[in-house]
Amino acid sequence: MSPLPAAKALDTFFLEARAKILEVAAILDRINRGNGASAVDHDPRLDRIRKALEVLHDQSGGRAERIQQIFSLEYDPSWDKPKPRY
Amino acid sequence: MYYIDPHIHMISRVTDDYHRMAYAGCVAITEPAFWAGFDRGSVDGFRDYFRHLTEVEPKRAAQFNIRHYSWLCINAKEAENVELSRGVIAMIPEFLNKPNVLGIGEIGLNKNTRNEATVFQEHVDLAMKYNELILIHTPHLEDKYKGTRMIIDMLKNDKRVNPERVLIDHVEEHTVRHALDNGFWCAMTLYPTTKCTPQRAVDIIEMVGAERIMANSAGDWGKSDPLAVPEFIQEMKRPGHAKSVIRKLVYDNPLAFYRQCARWQDWPAEAEEAKAKRKPAKVHA
Repeated sequence: MSPLPAAKALDTFFLEARAKILEVAAILDRINRGNGASAVDHDPRLDRIRKALEVLHDQSGGRAERIQQIFSLEYDPSWDKPKPRY
Repeated sequence: MYYIDPHIHMISRVTDDYHRMAYAGCVAITEPAFWAGFDRGSVDGFRDYFRHLTEVEPKRAAQFNIRHYSWLCINAKEAENVELSRGVIAMIPEFLNKPNVLGIGEIGLNKNTRNEATVFQEHVDLAMKYNELILIHTPHLEDKYKGTRMIIDMLKNDKRVNPERVLIDHVEEHTVRHALDNGFWCAMTLYPTTKCTPQRAVDIIEMVGAERIMANSAGDWGKSDPLAVPEFIQEMKRPGHAKSVIRKLVYDNPLAFYRQCARWQDWPAEAEEAKAKRKPAKVHA
Protein backbone atom coordinates (compact mmCIF):
# COMPACT_ATOMS: atom_id res chain seq x y z
CA MET A 1 0.00 0.00 0.00
CA SER A 2 1.64 3.23 -1.12
CA PRO A 3 1.28 6.40 0.91
CA LEU A 4 0.61 9.72 -0.83
CA PRO A 5 3.59 11.21 -2.65
CA ALA A 6 5.27 13.67 -0.27
CA ALA A 7 4.35 16.77 -2.29
CA LYS A 8 0.69 15.68 -2.46
CA ALA A 9 0.68 14.91 1.29
CA LEU A 10 2.04 18.40 1.98
CA ASP A 11 -0.61 19.98 -0.24
CA THR A 12 -3.35 17.92 1.39
CA PHE A 13 -2.39 18.28 5.03
CA PHE A 14 -0.52 21.62 5.29
CA LEU A 15 -3.55 23.57 6.49
CA GLU A 16 -4.50 20.84 8.98
CA ALA A 17 -0.97 20.85 10.41
CA ARG A 18 -0.98 24.65 10.64
CA ALA A 19 -4.36 24.63 12.40
CA LYS A 20 -3.34 21.95 14.89
CA ILE A 21 -0.01 23.62 15.75
CA LEU A 22 -1.91 26.88 16.34
CA GLU A 23 -4.29 25.03 18.67
CA VAL A 24 -1.36 23.73 20.73
CA ALA A 25 0.19 27.21 20.82
CA ALA A 26 -3.09 28.72 21.97
CA ILE A 27 -3.53 26.09 24.70
CA LEU A 28 -0.02 26.80 26.02
CA ASP A 29 -0.76 30.58 25.94
CA ARG A 30 -4.02 29.95 27.81
CA ILE A 31 -2.15 28.10 30.55
CA ASN A 32 0.43 30.93 30.73
CA ARG A 33 -2.27 33.59 31.00
CA GLY A 34 -4.05 31.90 33.88
CA ASN A 35 -3.53 32.80 37.54
CA GLY A 36 -0.77 30.74 39.13
CA ALA A 37 0.95 29.90 35.84
CA SER A 38 4.34 29.65 37.52
CA ALA A 39 2.99 27.04 39.96
CA VAL A 40 2.16 24.64 37.13
CA ASP A 41 5.37 25.30 35.23
CA HIS A 42 6.91 22.06 36.54
CA ASP A 43 3.75 19.97 36.26
CA PRO A 44 4.83 16.62 34.74
CA ARG A 45 2.12 16.96 32.10
CA LEU A 46 3.69 20.17 30.81
CA ASP A 47 7.09 18.46 30.82
CA ARG A 48 5.63 15.74 28.61
CA ILE A 49 4.18 18.30 26.23
CA ARG A 50 7.60 19.98 25.97
CA LYS A 51 9.28 16.63 25.29
CA ALA A 52 6.67 15.86 22.64
CA LEU A 53 7.32 19.20 20.95
CA GLU A 54 11.00 18.30 20.76
CA VAL A 55 10.09 15.11 18.89
CA LEU A 56 8.29 17.21 16.27
CA HIS A 57 11.64 18.82 15.35
CA ASP A 58 13.28 15.44 14.80
CA GLN A 59 13.27 14.39 11.13
CA SER A 60 13.92 10.68 11.71
CA GLY A 61 10.26 9.55 11.47
CA GLY A 62 8.04 7.53 13.78
CA ARG A 63 7.06 10.74 15.55
CA ALA A 64 3.51 9.69 16.41
CA GLU A 65 4.71 6.46 18.04
CA ARG A 66 7.49 8.24 19.94
CA ILE A 67 5.08 10.88 21.22
CA GLN A 68 2.69 8.13 22.32
CA GLN A 69 5.56 6.67 24.37
CA ILE A 70 6.22 10.03 26.06
CA PHE A 71 2.60 10.06 27.25
CA SER A 72 2.71 6.42 28.42
CA LEU A 73 3.43 4.79 31.77
CA GLU A 74 6.39 2.45 31.90
CA TYR A 75 5.86 -1.28 31.57
CA ASP A 76 7.65 -3.74 33.85
CA PRO A 77 7.84 -7.22 32.25
CA SER A 78 8.39 -8.84 35.66
CA TRP A 79 4.94 -7.88 37.01
CA ASP A 80 3.12 -10.50 39.08
CA LYS A 81 0.83 -12.28 36.57
CA PRO A 82 -2.26 -14.25 37.67
CA LYS A 83 -2.15 -17.97 36.95
CA PRO A 84 -4.49 -19.51 34.36
CA ARG A 85 -6.80 -22.22 35.75
CA TYR A 86 -6.23 -25.25 33.55
CA MET B 1 -19.68 0.54 0.24
CA TYR B 2 -21.10 -1.93 2.76
CA TYR B 3 -19.34 -1.93 6.11
CA ILE B 4 -19.42 -3.51 9.58
CA ASP B 5 -18.87 -1.49 12.74
CA PRO B 6 -17.10 -4.07 14.94
CA HIS B 7 -17.49 -2.08 18.17
CA ILE B 8 -20.33 0.28 19.00
CA HIS B 9 -22.47 0.61 22.14
CA MET B 10 -25.92 1.01 20.62
CA ILE B 11 -27.59 0.77 24.03
CA SER B 12 -26.43 4.35 24.51
CA ARG B 13 -27.38 5.60 21.03
CA VAL B 14 -30.74 6.71 19.65
CA THR B 15 -32.66 4.86 16.95
CA ASP B 16 -31.89 7.67 14.48
CA ASP B 17 -28.26 6.55 14.63
CA TYR B 18 -29.24 3.11 13.32
CA HIS B 19 -31.14 4.88 10.56
CA ARG B 20 -28.16 7.03 9.53
CA MET B 21 -25.73 4.10 9.79
CA ALA B 22 -27.95 2.06 7.46
CA TYR B 23 -27.96 4.93 4.95
CA ALA B 24 -24.16 5.03 5.17
CA GLY B 25 -23.89 1.33 4.26
CA CYS B 26 -23.72 -0.36 7.65
CA VAL B 27 -24.89 -3.98 7.39
CA ALA B 28 -23.81 -5.30 10.81
CA ILE B 29 -22.49 -4.19 14.14
CA THR B 30 -21.07 -5.93 17.17
CA GLU B 31 -21.73 -4.53 20.63
CA PRO B 32 -19.43 -5.42 23.52
CA ALA B 33 -20.66 -5.32 27.10
CA PHE B 34 -19.26 -2.22 28.81
CA TRP B 35 -19.48 0.20 31.72
CA ALA B 36 -22.88 1.86 32.10
CA GLY B 37 -21.46 5.14 33.41
CA PHE B 38 -21.93 3.89 36.97
CA ASP B 39 -20.94 0.72 38.83
CA ARG B 40 -23.81 -1.79 38.86
CA GLY B 41 -24.76 -3.35 42.15
CA SER B 42 -25.81 -6.89 41.40
CA VAL B 43 -25.55 -9.91 39.12
CA ASP B 44 -29.22 -9.38 38.25
CA GLY B 45 -28.37 -5.92 36.97
CA PHE B 46 -25.99 -7.57 34.49
CA ARG B 47 -28.52 -10.26 33.62
CA ASP B 48 -30.96 -7.52 32.56
CA TYR B 49 -28.19 -5.80 30.61
CA PHE B 50 -27.34 -9.03 28.77
CA ARG B 51 -31.02 -9.49 27.92
CA HIS B 52 -30.97 -6.01 26.45
CA LEU B 53 -27.87 -6.85 24.38
CA THR B 54 -29.15 -10.20 23.14
CA GLU B 55 -32.89 -9.52 22.74
CA VAL B 56 -33.69 -5.80 22.47
CA GLU B 57 -30.85 -4.41 20.34
CA PRO B 58 -31.01 -7.13 17.64
CA LYS B 59 -34.69 -6.21 17.11
CA ARG B 60 -33.98 -2.48 17.06
CA ALA B 61 -31.16 -2.99 14.53
CA ALA B 62 -33.26 -5.31 12.36
CA GLN B 63 -35.70 -2.46 11.63
CA PHE B 64 -32.91 -1.03 9.48
CA ASN B 65 -31.63 -4.34 8.09
CA ILE B 66 -28.57 -4.13 10.33
CA ARG B 67 -27.45 -7.39 11.94
CA HIS B 68 -26.63 -7.02 15.63
CA TYR B 69 -24.15 -9.21 17.54
CA SER B 70 -22.89 -8.92 21.09
CA TRP B 71 -20.04 -9.82 23.45
CA LEU B 72 -20.56 -10.52 27.14
CA CYS B 73 -18.50 -9.78 30.25
CA ILE B 74 -18.16 -7.53 33.26
CA ASN B 75 -15.89 -4.71 32.13
CA ALA B 76 -12.57 -3.79 33.68
CA LYS B 77 -13.89 -0.64 35.35
CA GLU B 78 -16.13 -2.79 37.57
CA ALA B 79 -13.54 -5.51 38.10
CA GLU B 80 -12.31 -3.97 41.34
CA ASN B 81 -15.36 -5.66 42.85
CA VAL B 82 -14.00 -9.19 42.46
CA GLU B 83 -16.95 -10.85 44.20
CA LEU B 84 -19.49 -9.22 41.86
CA SER B 85 -17.24 -10.01 38.88
CA ARG B 86 -17.15 -13.70 39.81
CA GLY B 87 -20.93 -13.73 40.12
CA VAL B 88 -21.31 -12.20 36.64
CA ILE B 89 -18.75 -14.59 35.11
CA ALA B 90 -20.66 -17.53 36.59
CA MET B 91 -23.93 -16.20 35.09
CA ILE B 92 -22.61 -15.49 31.54
CA PRO B 93 -23.04 -19.12 30.31
CA GLU B 94 -26.85 -18.60 30.56
CA PHE B 95 -26.46 -16.44 27.43
CA LEU B 96 -23.72 -18.22 25.50
CA ASN B 97 -26.15 -20.16 23.33
CA LYS B 98 -27.94 -17.06 22.09
CA PRO B 99 -27.47 -16.97 18.31
CA ASN B 100 -26.06 -13.44 18.16
CA VAL B 101 -23.47 -13.78 20.92
CA LEU B 102 -19.95 -13.82 19.46
CA GLY B 103 -17.95 -14.46 22.61
CA ILE B 104 -16.44 -12.90 25.72
CA GLY B 105 -15.73 -9.17 25.68
CA GLU B 106 -14.74 -6.48 25.94
CA ILE B 107 -12.52 -7.77 28.71
CA GLY B 108 -9.22 -6.13 29.58
CA LEU B 109 -7.63 -3.67 31.92
CA ASN B 110 -8.49 -0.10 32.90
CA LYS B 111 -5.95 1.12 35.49
CA ASN B 112 -3.82 -2.04 35.28
CA THR B 113 -4.52 -3.18 38.85
CA ARG B 114 -4.09 -6.62 40.39
CA ASN B 115 -7.87 -7.12 40.74
CA GLU B 116 -8.41 -6.20 37.10
CA ALA B 117 -5.75 -8.73 36.07
CA THR B 118 -7.38 -11.42 38.24
CA VAL B 119 -10.82 -10.82 36.72
CA PHE B 120 -9.31 -10.67 33.22
CA GLN B 121 -7.71 -14.08 33.69
CA GLU B 122 -10.98 -15.54 35.01
CA HIS B 123 -12.78 -14.27 31.90
CA VAL B 124 -10.10 -15.96 29.77
CA ASP B 125 -10.67 -19.16 31.75
CA LEU B 126 -14.39 -18.90 30.96
CA ALA B 127 -13.71 -18.31 27.25
CA MET B 128 -11.39 -21.31 27.12
CA LYS B 129 -13.86 -23.53 28.95
CA TYR B 130 -16.61 -22.75 26.41
CA ASN B 131 -14.31 -22.32 23.37
CA GLU B 132 -15.39 -18.71 22.84
CA LEU B 133 -13.79 -15.89 20.85
CA ILE B 134 -12.35 -13.05 22.95
CA LEU B 135 -12.60 -9.30 22.43
CA ILE B 136 -10.06 -7.26 24.41
CA HIS B 137 -10.37 -3.69 25.68
CA THR B 138 -6.98 -2.03 26.11
CA PRO B 139 -6.74 0.88 28.57
CA HIS B 140 -6.96 4.56 27.72
CA LEU B 141 -4.24 7.16 27.36
CA GLU B 142 -1.18 6.83 29.63
CA ASP B 143 -2.25 3.35 30.80
CA LYS B 144 -2.59 1.92 27.30
CA TYR B 145 0.99 0.86 26.55
CA LYS B 146 1.59 -0.78 29.93
CA GLY B 147 -1.88 -2.38 29.97
CA THR B 148 -1.59 -3.74 26.44
CA ARG B 149 1.76 -5.33 27.27
CA MET B 150 0.28 -6.84 30.47
CA ILE B 151 -2.72 -8.23 28.58
CA ILE B 152 -0.46 -9.80 25.95
CA ASP B 153 1.70 -11.25 28.75
CA MET B 154 -1.35 -12.93 30.28
CA LEU B 155 -2.60 -14.28 26.95
CA LYS B 156 0.83 -15.61 25.96
CA ASN B 157 1.19 -17.10 29.42
CA ASP B 158 -1.95 -19.18 28.85
CA LYS B 159 -1.16 -22.11 26.57
CA ARG B 160 -4.84 -22.67 25.77
CA VAL B 161 -5.18 -19.30 24.02
CA ASN B 162 -4.97 -19.28 20.22
CA PRO B 163 -4.09 -15.67 19.26
CA GLU B 164 -6.08 -16.00 16.02
CA ARG B 165 -9.24 -16.22 18.14
CA VAL B 166 -8.49 -13.01 20.07
CA LEU B 167 -9.08 -9.44 18.89
CA ILE B 168 -7.13 -6.71 20.71
CA ASP B 169 -9.06 -3.46 20.46
CA HIS B 170 -8.17 0.23 20.65
CA VAL B 171 -4.65 -0.24 19.26
CA GLU B 172 -2.69 2.88 18.36
CA GLU B 173 0.75 3.66 16.96
CA HIS B 174 2.64 2.36 20.00
CA THR B 175 0.65 -0.85 20.54
CA VAL B 176 -0.46 -2.09 17.12
CA ARG B 177 2.72 -4.05 16.38
CA HIS B 178 2.65 -5.76 19.77
CA ALA B 179 -0.79 -7.14 18.90
CA LEU B 180 -0.01 -8.14 15.31
CA ASP B 181 3.50 -9.50 15.91
CA ASN B 182 2.09 -11.84 18.56
CA GLY B 183 -0.47 -13.25 16.11
CA PHE B 184 -3.60 -11.48 17.41
CA TRP B 185 -6.26 -9.67 15.44
CA CYS B 186 -6.60 -6.00 16.27
CA ALA B 187 -8.85 -2.97 15.80
CA MET B 188 -8.32 0.77 15.76
CA THR B 189 -10.94 2.91 17.45
CA LEU B 190 -11.92 6.15 15.76
CA TYR B 191 -12.88 8.25 18.74
CA PRO B 192 -12.37 11.97 19.40
CA THR B 193 -9.54 13.21 21.65
CA THR B 194 -8.70 10.03 23.55
CA LYS B 195 -8.14 7.49 20.76
CA CYS B 196 -7.44 7.52 17.02
CA THR B 197 -8.53 9.88 14.27
CA PRO B 198 -9.53 8.42 10.88
CA GLN B 199 -6.43 10.07 9.38
CA ARG B 200 -4.09 8.43 11.89
CA ALA B 201 -5.84 5.11 11.33
CA VAL B 202 -4.97 5.37 7.63
CA ASP B 203 -1.36 6.12 8.59
CA ILE B 204 -1.31 3.00 10.77
CA ILE B 205 -2.66 0.89 7.89
CA GLU B 206 0.05 2.27 5.61
CA MET B 207 2.62 1.24 8.23
CA VAL B 208 1.38 -2.25 9.15
CA GLY B 209 -0.77 -3.35 6.18
CA ALA B 210 -4.32 -4.69 6.05
CA GLU B 211 -3.97 -8.18 7.54
CA ARG B 212 -5.81 -9.01 10.83
CA ILE B 213 -6.84 -5.40 11.42
CA MET B 214 -10.11 -3.45 11.31
CA ALA B 215 -11.59 -0.11 12.42
CA ASN B 216 -14.51 0.77 14.66
CA SER B 217 -16.30 3.78 16.12
CA ALA B 218 -16.77 2.59 19.72
CA GLY B 219 -19.69 5.04 19.66
CA ASP B 220 -21.18 5.30 23.16
CA TRP B 221 -22.69 7.86 25.52
CA GLY B 222 -19.58 10.05 25.28
CA LYS B 223 -18.90 12.52 22.49
CA SER B 224 -18.38 10.03 19.69
CA ASP B 225 -19.35 9.40 16.08
CA PRO B 226 -21.46 6.41 15.02
CA LEU B 227 -20.44 7.24 11.43
CA ALA B 228 -16.71 7.10 12.12
CA VAL B 229 -16.19 3.97 10.00
CA PRO B 230 -17.65 5.61 6.85
CA GLU B 231 -15.39 8.58 7.59
CA PHE B 232 -12.44 6.18 7.72
CA ILE B 233 -13.55 4.80 4.32
CA GLN B 234 -13.44 8.34 2.92
CA GLU B 235 -9.98 8.91 4.42
CA MET B 236 -8.74 5.67 2.87
CA LYS B 237 -9.97 6.92 -0.51
CA ARG B 238 -8.09 10.24 -0.16
CA PRO B 239 -4.61 8.77 -0.84
CA GLY B 240 -6.17 6.48 -3.47
CA HIS B 241 -6.09 3.14 -1.64
CA ALA B 242 -7.76 0.33 -3.59
CA LYS B 243 -11.44 -0.37 -3.01
CA SER B 244 -10.54 -4.03 -2.37
CA VAL B 245 -8.22 -3.03 0.49
CA ILE B 246 -10.85 -0.76 2.01
CA ARG B 247 -13.48 -3.50 1.76
CA LYS B 248 -11.07 -5.91 3.43
CA LEU B 249 -10.63 -3.55 6.38
CA VAL B 250 -14.28 -2.67 6.95
CA TYR B 251 -16.04 -5.86 5.86
CA ASP B 252 -13.95 -8.93 4.98
CA ASN B 253 -11.64 -8.82 8.00
CA PRO B 254 -14.39 -8.55 10.63
CA LEU B 255 -16.29 -11.38 8.92
CA ALA B 256 -13.16 -13.56 8.78
CA PHE B 257 -12.72 -13.12 12.52
CA TYR B 258 -16.38 -13.71 13.41
CA ARG B 259 -16.62 -16.83 11.23
CA GLN B 260 -14.50 -18.57 13.86
CA CYS B 261 -17.43 -18.38 16.29
CA ALA B 262 -19.14 -21.78 16.47
CA ARG B 263 -22.58 -20.14 16.35
CA TRP B 264 -21.78 -18.02 13.30
CA GLN B 265 -24.23 -18.34 10.41
CA ASP B 266 -23.07 -16.91 7.10
CA TRP B 267 -25.39 -14.27 5.68
CA PRO B 268 -27.26 -15.27 2.49
CA ALA B 269 -25.19 -12.97 0.25
CA GLU B 270 -21.94 -14.31 1.72
CA ALA B 271 -23.07 -17.92 1.41
CA GLU B 272 -23.94 -17.33 -2.28
CA GLU B 273 -20.55 -15.73 -2.89
CA ALA B 274 -18.73 -18.65 -1.24
CA LYS B 275 -20.82 -21.14 -3.28
CA ALA B 276 -19.99 -19.30 -6.52
CA LYS B 277 -16.29 -19.43 -5.65
CA ARG B 278 -16.48 -23.20 -5.06
CA LYS B 279 -18.33 -23.92 -8.35
CA PRO B 280 -15.92 -24.80 -11.21
CA ALA B 281 -16.14 -22.46 -14.20
CA LYS B 282 -18.02 -23.79 -17.23
CA VAL B 283 -15.74 -24.69 -20.12
CA HIS B 284 -17.14 -23.91 -23.56
CA ALA B 285 -15.92 -26.00 -26.43
